[in-house]
Amino acid sequence: MGTLNAANTMIQAAESGFHAPSMAEFFPAAFLFEGTPFEMNRVMLIRVLATVAVVVLLAVWAKRMKLVPSRFQSAMELAMEFVTVGIAEDTLGKEKAKKFMPLIVAIFFGILFWNVTKLIPFLNMPGTGVIGLPIVLTLTVYVTYHWAGISEKGFGRYIKDSLILPGVPWPMHILLIPIEFLTKFVTQPFTLAIRLFANMMVGHLLLVLCFSATSFFLFDAANGFQFFSIITFAGGFFVFILEMLIVVLQAYIFALLSCVYINAAISDDH
Amino acid sequence: MTPVHILAASENPLLPAWYDIIWSAICLLIVFLVVWKYVLPAFNKTLDERAERIQGGIEKAEKVQAEADEALAEYQKQLADGRAEAARLRAEAQEEGAQIIANMKTQAHAESERIVAQAQTQIEAERQSAMVQLRSEVGTLATDLASRIVGESLTDDQRSANVVDRFISDLESQSSAQPVKGA
Repeated sequence: MGTLNAANTMIQAAESGFHAPSMAEFFPAAFLFEGTPFEMNRVMLIRVLATVAVVVLLAVWAKRMKLVPSRFQSAMELAMEFVTVGIAEDTLGKEKAKKFMPLIVAIFFGILFWNVTKLIPFLNMPGTGVIGLPIVLTLTVYVTYHWAGISEKGFGRYIKDSLILPGVPWPMHILLIPIEFLTKFVTQPFTLAIRLFANMMVGHLLLVLCFSATSFFLFDAANGFQFFSIITFAGGFFVFILEMLIVVLQAYIFALLSCVYINAAISDDH
Repeated sequence: MTPVHILAASENPLLPAWYDIIWSAICLLIVFLVVWKYVLPAFNKTLDERAERIQGGIEKAEKVQAEADEALAEYQKQLADGRAEAARLRAEAQEEGAQIIANMKTQAHAESERIVAQAQTQIEAERQSAMVQLRSEVGTLATDLASRIVGESLTDDQRSANVVDRFISDLESQSSAQPVKGA
């Protein structure tokens, strides 16, 4: 990030009015418990707020649940069935999905709410844009699928099923076992975490870049350059719409891949 | 940029700070617990109840339908039974009626024959008695008449009886010969 930072400094030096987006936004100053493991800054507060929001929404929905649903209940049921049936049961099968359902539902709705804060005015920051949350989510899934595989098949058979592809001539295993090992134990969790983190971080940076450029062209740039603010604003608007999609899509992908990894770990047919 | 920002920005964004991990874990744990302990059980309970209610409704409708079918079958069976019974009764009545008529005919026939026979017997008896009476009376009358005419007493009964008998048999033979003549 040194180069990005240097670039920022250069831009700021050249054009003093332009506030370029920087990684610093993801690490704002702490305002509570500074220096302790419970240090609270703006991003952490946004996470907690999103957590409260999703918990209240789900709890109110569950509390008011009736046999004949209201509009709110129907909409929530639709969303819930999208996760329970569309993601979990379609991937894992009805029986196996039961055990993992709370985790998958929590992951989907949690990520959706932690993501969506980046589109909410005055929050404007994704809770998943700092690597800690993607890592914690990924570790949870990682532990879950290895644990599920081991408890389903026993340690030896799980490792064997994970690393040795059936129906391959044996010399190929010299090549395939390390690849399978890397895939199952390194690449899968790494990509799971980075995909979510990078999408959220870059989306935020893009939004900030577009809107701060608009602001710069409109108020600080020399006469004649105001026109460019229209272009940058249109770009920002487009990114905003795109981010609305990505916010949902990343939650969906994360939940779906969690199910796929769990299924790969516990299913017999390799 | 303040020094704090520069310091923060120089951190590797892929290496999390401890507070980052801890707040993330707390948030995920809260969402997970609420979903696990409260939301999903309520959701599943509602879905199950709804499925049960719908299932119950369908079963009830099926039961009512079955009952209606049964009642209809019963009704139709009764109707068919009634029809068969009526037909049977009609056939029986017809047969019985025919028999009664036949019996009556036979009886009437016998009665009429009996009456005819009785009448004939009676007629024959009356004819016989009339004949006997006539024969005796005609004899007496004839003798009385003849004695008056002849003036001779024909008191000798033996003789007079012979005469009368002869006379009557002459009459009889005459009367039996007459239809032959007449024909």
